[in-house]
Amino acid sequence: MAIWCGALAIDRWRLGEGCAPGEGADAEPLALIADTAHGPRITAANRAGLESGARAGTMLADARALCPQLAVRPADPAGDLAFLESLALWAQRWGPWSAIDPPDGLLVDTTGAAHLFGGEAAMLADARHLLARRGLAARAAMAPTAGAAWALAHHGPDGALLVDSEDITARLAALPVAALRLDEDVLVLLRRLGLKRLGDLAGIDRDALARRFRTRRSPAANPLMRLDQLLGSVPEPLLPVIGVVMPMVQRRLAEPIRHRDLLDRVLADLARDMARLLEAQGQGARRLELGLWKVDGEVLVRRLEMAAAARDPGHVCRLFAARLDDVDAGFGIELVRLRAPWTEPLVMAQAELDAAAERHGTSLAACIDRLTVRLGAEAVRRPLPHASHLPERAQRWCPPLDPQPGAQETFDFHARPLKLLDRAEPIAVIYEAPGGLPRLFRWRGTIHEIARAEGPERIAPEWWREKSTVRLRDYYRIEDSTGRRYWIYRHGLAGDGRGGAPEWFLQGLAP
Amino acid sequence: MTRIDSAPVPASAATPALPPGFGVPARISRWLPGLAATCHHSEVFASSAEASGAGLALALALDALRAATPDPAADVPDERAWLWVQDKTALRLSGRPYRPGLPAALRHRLIHVAADKPEDALFALEEGLRCRDLAFVIGEIAGNPRALNFTASRRLSLAAEKHGVPLWLVRLDAKRDLGAARMRWDAAPAPSQPPRWNPQAPGAPSWAAGLFRAHTFQPGQWILRDDGLVPHGRPHGKLVADQVADASPDHGDLVRRAGDRPLAAG
Repeated sequence: MAIWCGALAIDRWRLGEGCAPGEGADAEPLALIADTAHGPRITAANRAGLESGARAGTMLADARALCPQLAVRPADPAGDLAFLESLALWAQRWGPWSAIDPPDGLLVDTTGAAHLFGGEAAMLADARHLLARRGLAARAAMAPTAGAAWALAHHGPDGALLVDSEDITARLAALPVAALRLDEDVLVLLRRLGLKRLGDLAGIDRDALARRFRTRRSPAANPLMRLDQLLGSVPEPLLPVIGVVMPMVQRRLAEPIRHRDLLDRVLADLARDMARLLEAQGQGARRLELGLWKVDGEVLVRRLEMAAAARDPGHVCRLFAARLDDVDAGFGIELVRLRAPWTEPLVMAQAELDAAAERHGTSLAACIDRLTVRLGAEAVRRPLPHASHLPERAQRWCPPLDPQPGAQETFDFHARPLKLLDRAEPIAVIYEAPGGLPRLFRWRGTIHEIARAEGPERIAPEWWREKSTVRLRDYYRIEDSTGRRYWIYRHGLAGDGRGGAPEWFLQGLAP
Repeated sequence: MTRIDSAPVPASAATPALPPGFGVPARISRWLPGLAATCHHSEVFASSAEASGAGLALALALDALRAATPDPAADVPDERAWLWVQDKTALRLSGRPYRPGLPAALRHRLIHVAADKPEDALFALEEGLRCRDLAFVIGEIAGNPRALNFTASRRLSLAAEKHGVPLWLVRLDAKRDLGAARMRWDAAPAPSQPPRWNPQAPGAPSWAAGLFRAHTFQPGQWILRDDGLVPHGRPHGKLVADQVADASPDHGDLVRRAGDRPLAAG
């Protein structure tokens, strides 16, 4: 069964306004507009707007010239798509699965389900009735193949029904070639060839059509492939919409609770319920949301994100305990709800045997969750390599359980320090010979005498992302007379035309 | 060239490959590299103007990892993560860990925690010690914060011993206050040995390390050297200790010359 909501965007707007077709705000000419590079363009118009000259695709300025009192509202294509998805789920009442056909259509597989509604004609009537009751201007059609149903819904008579015993070719011969779901340029081409109806295509030798469109691989550009799909001689895979129910458990409390220990008890119960629910689905929660409904109508929400999928009730309770310290119960909490908006597959684990139970201790993911809840996600990270020559950009701090990306191997002869200061600190130097390595430098009030050094290792600025005035760096690995090892650099060269005399910085501390 | 001062056991019994507590007689009183896993909580006192404290802690941790006997039932090598906790002052004074500068065996396993306050750092250390999936924990705390009193130190010690995760706590610019650590080290930099091919360059890191308080070992002074710590170091490098004798300047190499050393070692 194919359903075509011809005026989906306008219907959504009208339902949002709460007025019947042709009444209230819908009686005035109105258009939905989208901003484009050349100014606002109309994407849809209501009946009054269409009568006064507004068409989808025209510029708003042109439509205003025809009808100065045209009202406009912004279009919402993402909202339309979300509405269509929920409509597709709703349409699964007529068949086991349904697919969306953007921007405004639905396809429902009703194979073997028609007898539940008393036959195909009764099912089609039921669909048209329910769609009309929802206030949607929709056309529905049924046919043995998705392509034929689509063609009848868009271009056939309203409520058309094509049963298996009929000849599809004969029934659809009068429809225009646009019923084949072809691209615009192919339609233009067919029109130039004089092929206007499906019956015209049937009269042509198949080899001639195959030769004419032999370079077109996509079904939407090849009329022969579309014709085969329409007749059912070639399968047409569709992507079904599957509704995922968010795991949710809740407790309505007969007596509003005002004390923390009672709340902890309720939370423990909820966590156990959630663990049972998730275990049945083979899932673990990555994100949990705890909603507390208070008697005075206020809702408190506490969110939790975990480093790895988990469903252990004790772990969840412990993590939430730190988040519940600032809850103000007021006159009491009457409803507590725990939801898991983000879940991941988590296989059943072997219960700990005796030997494992003795080696107690937490897992890495649980440890990271506890650290993250108290210290924040920014505090617990791991360094990952990054493709850059600049030492401070060569590592990036990422969440601790992120997978390690593939990276180019570094050169082993590039000795790097164990620790890097967040900002390189300037040092005052005394040269032995101008332009070379200094003999002494002062850092944090201490004078260091350079005993041994290796360098320079020249690291040029990354010209593809920095300005041309950035100076290069000459790095030296040095050891002072007491054995302290540092990584220092000279910023720039004397006479490179990018500033005054070069300055020295200390950036790294070697073990 | 093996010499152990007042060693009551033959030197062959104290090879570094032996597991802790097994084969090493209880009467041994001198610390040796390769025995570090017997003690789960050590403190290293160092200055914040150099990385010798963190370097020595990392070298001791690596030494313990090398000395540990692998699990005979395990079919993959031990690739557990390790934790490095720093408080804000330590981070500001002595910098952040730098991945390209870490030894290749530890580089990809680091998890770093930047705590705001010493209390948070202690919490992170304790949580890390309770985690069975961590190989070891290194902490860096600057000064003598009020939160790090004897009770907190004892808590860390107990957690480390209960769960078997060793902890090396680096104390930057700190006074030697009361603490429950089983071994307390003093780390200072020492001039490195000149590399063979470029004597003008700094060599493998070395430290003048003093063990000034220990439960099972006699205090002593060593010059420690680890040529496997730096990223470009030898893959089979190990911690080498030269004892600084108190009376005589006799530097005995406490580790036997291992036969598996590559020839490039010099």
